Amino acid sequence: MTDKTDLSRRHFLVAATVTAGGAGMVAAAVPFVASFRPSARAQALGAPVEVDVGKMEPGALVKVEWRGRVIMIVRRTEFMLGKLAELEEQLADPASSASLQPGYAVNPHRSIRPEFLVVEGVCTHLGCAPMPRFDVAPADLGADWAGGFFCACHGSKFDLAGRVYRGVPAPTNLSVPPHRYVAENVLLIGSDMGAS
Amino acid sequence: MMVHRIIAGLLLAASAASWGQDHGAAVAELAPADNDIGDIASLQRGAKFFVNYCLGCHSAQYVRYSRLGEDLGLTDAQVVENLMFGAGQLHDTMVSSMRPEDGAVWFGVAPPDLSLIARSRGVDYLYNYMRGFYADPSRPTGSNNLWLENTAMPDVLWELGGTRSAVFSEHDEDGIVTRSLEHFETIREGALNEDEYDQAIRDITNFLEYIGEPIQLERRALGVRVIAFLLIFLVIAYMLKREIWRDVR
Amino acid sequence: MAAAASDMVDRLGRSANSLKRWVDARFPLSKLIREHATEYYASKNFNFWYGFGVLATVVQVLQIVTGIALTMNYKPSAAEAFASVEYIMRDVEWGWLIRYLHSTGASAFFIVVYLHIFRGLMYGSYKKPRELVWICGMFIYVCLMAEAFFGYLLPWGNMSYWGAQVIVSLFGAVPVVGEALAEWIRGDYYISDITLNRFFAFHVIAVPLMLVFLVVVHIMALHEVGSGNPDGIEIKDYRDDSGKPIDGVAFHPYHTSKDLVIITVFLIVFAFVVFFVPDMGGLFLEHANFEPANVLQTPEHIAPVWYFTPFYAILRAVPYKLLGVILMGLAVLLPFFLPWLDRSPVKSIRYRGWIFKLALAGFAVSFLVLGYLGLQPVSDTYTLLCRLFAIPYFGFFLLMPLYTSWEKPGPVPDRVR
Repeated sequence: MTDKTDLSRRHFLVAATVTAGGAGMVAAAVPFVASFRPSARAQALGAPVEVDVGKMEPGALVKVEWRGRVIMIVRRTEFMLGKLAELEEQLADPASSASLQPGYAVNPHRSIRPEFLVVEGVCTHLGCAPMPRFDVAPADLGADWAGGFFCACHGSKFDLAGRVYRGVPAPTNLSVPPHRYVAENVLLIGSDMGAS
Repeated sequence: MMVHRIIAGLLLAASAASWGQDHGAAVAELAPADNDIGDIASLQRGAKFFVNYCLGCHSAQYVRYSRLGEDLGLTDAQVVENLMFGAGQLHDTMVSSMRPEDGAVWFGVAPPDLSLIARSRGVDYLYNYMRGFYADPSRPTGSNNLWLENTAMPDVLWELGGTRSAVFSEHDEDGIVTRSLEHFETIREGALNEDEYDQAIRDITNFLEYIGEPIQLERRALGVRVIAFLLIFLVIAYMLKREIWRDVR
Repeated sequence: MAAAASDMVDRLGRSANSLKRWVDARFPLSKLIREHATEYYASKNFNFWYGFGVLATVVQVLQIVTGIALTMNYKPSAAEAFASVEYIMRDVEWGWLIRYLHSTGASAFFIVVYLHIFRGLMYGSYKKPRELVWICGMFIYVCLMAEAFFGYLLPWGNMSYWGAQVIVSLFGAVPVVGEALAEWIRGDYYISDITLNRFFAFHVIAVPLMLVFLVVVHIMALHEVGSGNPDGIEIKDYRDDSGKPIDGVAFHPYHTSKDLVIITVFLIVFAFVVFFVPDMGGLFLEHANFEPANVLQTPEHIAPVWYFTPFYAILRAVPYKLLGVILMGLAVLLPFFLPWLDRSPVKSIRYRGWIFKLALAGFAVSFLVLGYLGLQPVSDTYTLLCRLFAIPYFGFFLLMPLYTSWEKPGPVPDRVR
């Protein structure tokens, strides 16, 4: 202990070591944190899905799977589309302002082309799968049922644009996944390439 | 059961004939492949050759087309058009349309997956193997190979390299007869001259090395940065150690 | 502004202090830190040989962290294992780095542990009162071998497969119950999916738990008796007025600051291997292991990974299977008995006679040569060399009671140099 210890030098070196070492530790943690992200295989399996909707009958429903979710595609008839405007009074979010959908689906029919509805078949309440009930005024749903989706789990109701009715547990409309038309009647579900 | 035995026998014979260098019974020295994994143009050519000449029978089942695009500087459209011939999804892996079971029936051995062949066999072996085909009418495929005698693989590159026969000389050392290659004789010219053909094979070899470990270029680049950081940290840590040990006489 | 900031720091400091008191009243935190760091005194004359213990700890942490990350993506089944490793290498973000850290870490673990053990041999770290530290350390080494062996099967490459086949067959050499024992280990009549599945369980949980436990015991035992030093003197014998060993310095900050330098040097070498030669020309990752396990085709040249080859060379040098297995087992077991084989009154090589130095040098050289020979294909010359070099290996241990009692040790100083 002959030398007087230079405390400021020592403090500086401790601070420098801790800073550099800390930065190194953070950098070393990056690969481990990043390895949790969806892998190339997960991305490949979650790649956009192409659906040819040209052969769908009017009024028909097609279900496809995309990223573990059921995507429902409905080819709506003129009659079905006509009902949409009449229902607005009974809906919780008719303008889709509180719901999840790309910009191009923020309209009364919630789709790019009015004819084709593309929605996720996942109830916005607790994730059950809503059933398509396109029959008008059935016995169990009452005389004023205009056709739509009914979630049997907790009784949530949605119209044929996936819009939620008032007074049911589901808070928002069924979500619309990103999608676009890659050809006249070919839908690509899962990618909109920035289209809006 | 019998079929299994036969295949096992073939495999054992094949493995005994290959990789001679490891256990003394070497035929000759392998010429160095001299490929450059950083040469993107060569990798692109190699990829093109691979899908045209190899993928018919061999898969590279761990390699995704999309990854090729990223690493070889190709656009999605280029990958689809040039490497996938318009079929399949960009994220698909390079799977041959020939099923391995069919390959085993047709060739006696299922053509191995090539994803890791450069890591198991080494690039020099691949380069020499592909250059080592010669005409041999006694073989069902019509060709044989200097480096893997009685190989089940036909000479698929003959359009490019032409066909040649091999002239061997025999040496008798204490009753043990060994054969060595004297020279090749051209039977039919290929579309490429000798240098071009060598380069084509080098490109394929290069591509095989790349798919063996697609990350390798990035790996080395990152290594430089990591070691640079550690060297700087070493200086700081050493200064701190010196400072603290000044207390101790 | 500055006054407010310093007031803030002040208050934070007071809160931290009261939290510390709260914890200390319920858990001996400060006591542990004092006993194992700030007031744990170790000799001030450690040379670099004394750095390998801390490096082994660093590698162990690295193996656990990377191992957990690998386990999240690896599939322990014969049908999927090989592909899942390639999935990690290609599809998982940064998976290649995590895998290379783990595979290089395995070899680094053995390099570091071998040098750590050699330090113990040179400076008599196994001698009284550190017998339990040593024996515990040897158990760690045996566990480490088990860990490496189980882990080596997991990539399900062809070398993994046949390596496991060969090693498990060694148990078949046990008289009477041998075959049943080998079958019991495999859980099948050959190395199969079932074997892989249980090796996975051993590798990721059973053996690591044991290793962590043993490491804790190793360090507790060491801190009870105190660290040795290159002079083989007990620094506790010379204390100052406050009772601190005169030749010792506190583990923290003195040895920690030194260890940080050692760790950084190690990491530079380690990073070089990981980023530039991860397969080490086939030593760390073998060529044949890039082909999936093939029940029908043995790689033409089977050798264990380099860290097992000294023992493998001894096994191969013996023409009788059972005797080979016994000698190989003996080669691993003999070091356990060192504390009682060594009759010398001094610990450090610095004050020993030339016979010990010669015996130790012979042991080290024979270990390296056997390691090299174990990697080579079988030939008559090599077998002869294996037998030749097995002599100094076993001689070092078996003749130790003789040469350490004969030889006159040099005078040992009272204080460290």
